[in-house]
Amino acid sequence: MLSKGLKRKREEEEKEALEVDAWWLDPGLPAVTQAPPTLASSSLFDLSVLKLHHSLRQSEPDLRHLVLVVNTLRRIQASMAPAVTLPPVPSPPIVPNVADNLLASSDATLSASMASLLEDLSHIEGLSQAPQPLADEGPPGRPVGGTSPNLGALDLLGPATGCLLDDGLEGLFEDIDTSMYDSELWVPASEGLKPAPEDGPGKEGAPELDEAELDYLMDMLVGTQALERPPGPGR
Amino acid sequence: MKCFSRYLPYIFRPPNTILSSSCYTEADIISTVEFNHTGELLATGDKGGRVVIFQREQESKNQVHRRGEYNVYSTFQSHEPEFDYLKSLEIEEKINKIRWLPQQNAAYFLLSTNDKTVKLWKVSERDKRPEGYNLKDEEGRLRDPATITTLRVPVLRPMDLMVEATPRRVFANAHTYHINSISVNSDYETYMSADDLRINLWNFEITNQSFNIVDIKPANMEELTEVITAAEFHPHHCNTFVYSSSKGTIRLCDMRASALCDRHTKFFEEPEDPSNRSFFSEIISSISDVKFSHSGRYIMTRDYLTVKVWDLNMENRPIETYQVHDYLRSKLCSLYENDCIFDKFECVWNGSDSVIMTGSYNNFFRMFDRNTKRDVTLEASRENSKPRAILKPRKVCVGGKRRKDEISVDSLDFSKKILHTAWHPSENIIAVAATNNLYIFQDKVN
Repeated sequence: MLSKGLKRKREEEEKEALEVDAWWLDPGLPAVTQAPPTLASSSLFDLSVLKLHHSLRQSEPDLRHLVLVVNTLRRIQASMAPAVTLPPVPSPPIVPNVADNLLASSDATLSASMASLLEDLSHIEGLSQAPQPLADEGPPGRPVGGTSPNLGALDLLGPATGCLLDDGLEGLFEDIDTSMYDSELWVPASEGLKPAPEDGPGKEGAPELDEAELDYLMDMLVGTQALERPPGPGR
Repeated sequence: MKCFSRYLPYIFRPPNTILSSSCYTEADIISTVEFNHTGELLATGDKGGRVVIFQREQESKNQVHRRGEYNVYSTFQSHEPEFDYLKSLEIEEKINKIRWLPQQNAAYFLLSTNDKTVKLWKVSERDKRPEGYNLKDEEGRLRDPATITTLRVPVLRPMDLMVEATPRRVFANAHTYHINSISVNSDYETYMSADDLRINLWNFEITNQSFNIVDIKPANMEELTEVITAAEFHPHHCNTFVYSSSKGTIRLCDMRASALCDRHTKFFEEPEDPSNRSFFSEIISSISDVKFSHSGRYIMTRDYLTVKVWDLNMENRPIETYQVHDYLRSKLCSLYENDCIFDKFECVWNGSDSVIMTGSYNNFFRMFDRNTKRDVTLEASRENSKPRAILKPRKVCVGGKRRKDEISVDSLDFSKKILHTAWHPSENIIAVAATNNLYIFQDKVN
């Protein structure tokens, strides 16, 4: 933060960065005698990558901030020499695969990495969007009604699919945090099915879940189980 | 520009605030300020989801010097923090915008919105109470029917004035992204709400349905390069509205052209100045606020360093550009690092569209007189805000010798930012929100 009366070390770098900008835009200018242009650009690049990470780490990123940072990153990337390798980014303590993607990728794949980041963002936002608002006094924040679009919102980290049932039902339920539903019917198939009565308290324990939806999901799960192996005890 | 040197400060703090301005909770930070159409009421919203409405005192002959002070009229909790269970996301209760409806009866109506939900509030006064019920006693308990032997008509008796706020409509579940703007249409039947990628049109009477009129979400999110930053209806033409973008463009749309206004009627953009180009060009060109003039002939936009006035009939460049704090142009890298470069400042017109005002850092705010081309920098702070003291113009020293009353750029406090201001619709009274404090300044009486 800029505070009263403190001289910042970065001021010299700021001046360099701005002069460097002019340099890469207009090759006709005399050669710059300061530090190589890639140094200032790369520190800005690092900063922007950190900002991007930080932005994506938010549970609901500020889209404007994200878009502006990404666009700035693209500008900086475009200004850097084509053959330059990305400088090492201090490892941020988050999603390691995202950081790895950015570290390992060359210019050509950077756009693809950022694209996949934005795609993930669209899954967080887009799949759970109700096309028109339905009942208006439902539980706060929760889209009321509908079936697959709401289920799709649970697939936050999965790949993009147009139709959620394409991957099969096993893939659909892999990422669900079942503790939320507190019902033993949701345990993995290998542990077998438990008798129905235990399902009762679990159902009432999650009043936000639509009864019809829960029935539908249970039917699908039970139907799949039945197809794969003989029914267990109690069923 | 006589009025600027003669402003009297009145300081109002939101209720429950500790006296020292350095001790406040984040919930007290004011996030929006808005006068109603007559200027009688002033509403503020804060990060804690509360709305505080101030009312101007009636002028009285006995107390001429207390002409039109604003006092707290009503306080209510508009939005609560929510949790979206499916997405495991917290929905902030911060009030992003308040817009008043024109008054049509004794009650006042306003729209308030957080990131996801718009609410219509009715603020009404009650100064009479019915007494003498037949079936209930004075405490409201039901009477034993056997004890009722006579019949009487309840009468209205005076009571202490009570101002109550009730939510009349809740417009929810229509926005996937964060709502940044709401705007009441001049037909007083509809309004719009805008988020980062979409704009929806609502009818005040219908809460379970809205029309999507702008959608800039690309089919592939990887193609997303631009978001909507602000939107407003034309003050007189109910079919016309504008919206601004993060790329510094303004689009004017006509709802008569098509149901989905993805194709603009007019496109306002100023070509980039090549001598000022930098990595941060796009960020500083991002428009943070757009406002129609009261006349409807002009629009004003605020980007990071300037305020621009556009004539609706000229799309290729603004007719006026005002530098708010150009001394920050050399500091953009630091401001990018500390995220200040993303701050969203608002801008306002005065009642006659002759003066425009916007905020800056160090609790400074700026006014520009469009006719005389003069400008002034003022400060909203406790030190120089004793009642009826006159505000002294401030000046930022950009280099060279610093004069006695000037402040140098390096001494500016970037945590003290004035993002939200409001101007009375007809008088020279302004409201300035400085973090958790609301300052109301008015022109000196003679």
